[in-house]
Amino acid sequence: MSKRAVGLQAVGIGKTFGHFTALEDITLDIAAGEFLTLLGPSGSGKTTFLMVLAGFQAASTGRLFSDGTDITRSRAEDRSFGMVFQGYALFPHKSVAQNIAFPLQVRGVAREDIARRVDAIIARVGLVGHANKRPAQLSGGQQQRVALARALVFEPPVLLLDEPFSALDKHLRGRMQDEVARLHGEFGTTFVFVTHDQSEALSLSSRIAIFNHGRLLQVGAPRDIYERPSSRFVAEFLGEINLLPVGGIGHCARGTSGLFEEVRLTAPRHENLNGSAVLAVRPEHMSVSPEPPAEGNGVPARLAGTTYLGSAMRLAFATRSGTPLTVTLPSEAAGRILAHGPDVWVTWSFENGFLLPEQS
Amino acid sequence: MRPRSAFWPALALTAPLVLFLAFAYALPFLGVALWSVTLPEPGVGQYERLVSDPLVLSVFLRTFRICFLVTLIAVACAYAVTYVWVRGSRMQRRLIEICIFVPFWISLLTRAFGWLALLSNRGIVNSWLQALGLIDAPLALVRNEPSVIAGMVHVLIPFAVLPLASAMRAVDERVLLAARGMGASRLRIFWSVFFPMTLPGVIGATLIVFVFSLGFFVTPAILGGGRSIMVAELVYLRMFQSPDWGLGAAISVALVVLVAALMGLLARFARLGLMGSGR
Repeated sequence: MSKRAVGLQAVGIGKTFGHFTALEDITLDIAAGEFLTLLGPSGSGKTTFLMVLAGFQAASTGRLFSDGTDITRSRAEDRSFGMVFQGYALFPHKSVAQNIAFPLQVRGVAREDIARRVDAIIARVGLVGHANKRPAQLSGGQQQRVALARALVFEPPVLLLDEPFSALDKHLRGRMQDEVARLHGEFGTTFVFVTHDQSEALSLSSRIAIFNHGRLLQVGAPRDIYERPSSRFVAEFLGEINLLPVGGIGHCARGTSGLFEEVRLTAPRHENLNGSAVLAVRPEHMSVSPEPPAEGNGVPARLAGTTYLGSAMRLAFATRSGTPLTVTLPSEAAGRILAHGPDVWVTWSFENGFLLPEQS
Repeated sequence: MRPRSAFWPALALTAPLVLFLAFAYALPFLGVALWSVTLPEPGVGQYERLVSDPLVLSVFLRTFRICFLVTLIAVACAYAVTYVWVRGSRMQRRLIEICIFVPFWISLLTRAFGWLALLSNRGIVNSWLQALGLIDAPLALVRNEPSVIAGMVHVLIPFAVLPLASAMRAVDERVLLAARGMGASRLRIFWSVFFPMTLPGVIGATLIVFVFSLGFFVTPAILGGGRSIMVAELVYLRMFQSPDWGLGAAISVALVVLVAALMGLLARFARLGLMGSGR
């Protein structure tokens, strides 16, 4: 439906408020039609970056391009990107239909066209029968749909979403995520989505950009970022992870290895390390066995506690030096393992671990 | 039902207020109402005069005219002032606070005489204009309706600022940003988003200012100089200058009934306003 999704290119964008640096040297290419999520803890600069993209905040340094056209200095009202705000920011004195019609009226669209397009989008977001209600008469999910319809009705080249689901309960949030994914597919517009919820980011996005302390740490497809984080922060921010400090880094034909409690652990090659580093392994990539592994990595550990999660079980271990390890196993498998007693080996295959610099 | 234990302390705490109102307002007002139907003889004669006496009618008419203009000007000025107060820079806010609230603490009488000092024949404005050679004879700036209106607007603006400020503060900044993001111009955002969202405050301010202005006495008495008599001054004249207590009382009762009706309207709009903003 959208005729003209555009890509955005941020080059060296910085933003300072007085002495506070909110954004530092952000360079990011947003492809036309992609679903990019800006993910980070609160205060990481992700929302500021979205506001710079929208034109509500002027960048202190750097430039912003829209398909090659410099829009660094253009005003929000001229960029005409769609925007869904946290809390929706609906016009409380206007009906659902009037809310959705507003951007079309601003553009001087003919009255009959407005009525037709408003009706069409009301049907598409599932609000038939609510057109004449005020926002206060709607549920949170319905208000969310109005906000989406209002932002999409004028077929903007880019849709910016600022934590749109933060006010919804978990069940509704899941449904609205599906809805947003469907709308992204149907409209083909470039979506830039801000969230601090990592599972939301992983399930929705075509790419994720991770922010922390005003810096862009890593950009990539959800799977790449989850399985190959470039830094300790990214590794820890995206789901649970076990971190084993290793020393005596050495490079060999198979990869890079390091020493943890006198056991040599190997991971895929990481050139720029020497001395000490951190070996990271996701809990679901680990297994437990009564014997040391014939190949692959393993460390002796003692069971410290279990948490029943329904389909899975989370097992907490401590190594000899007290380093905590978490292993997630299907409940059935976990039951068999626990029969062997508390002293076991926590194992994982060599390609499931990855080395990270100690500091990041 | 409220628990019984809370009833007596609640009554004891509110009783002084209720008693005060009963003795200081309700009882004397009943006395005045009684006068209106007993003086000089029993009957509704004074109310007949109220609706037939050309002098009384003209005073009521003038009062409404003045109050209507005062309300219009005061609310419009207050809207602009409040807008800057709520949305301006820190400096602008401080300045507005000083300009609005310092006069608020100065007595009505002092402020009316201040206007007199400014506008009278030998006042600052006339003497400066004469000194500059712009006029030969002093302009008649006081003892007329415009000066009464100016003085009343000055007194009433702060009363309009407070309800307007609470309405403007309730406007979510993101709603205005959203309108901008959709391409709306500043003018359009003001007229189709900001102003409608603050309309409950405008209605509240309008009613408050109008109700207050109806009973104004000191300001019109001093600045009108006996030429632009308003209802409250007419009551005073009937009571103290001519032995016409019955008519004075009837006018008072009419004024109180009118104000009560407007207050009822205000209460209704306040509720509607709350519903409209969805809070």
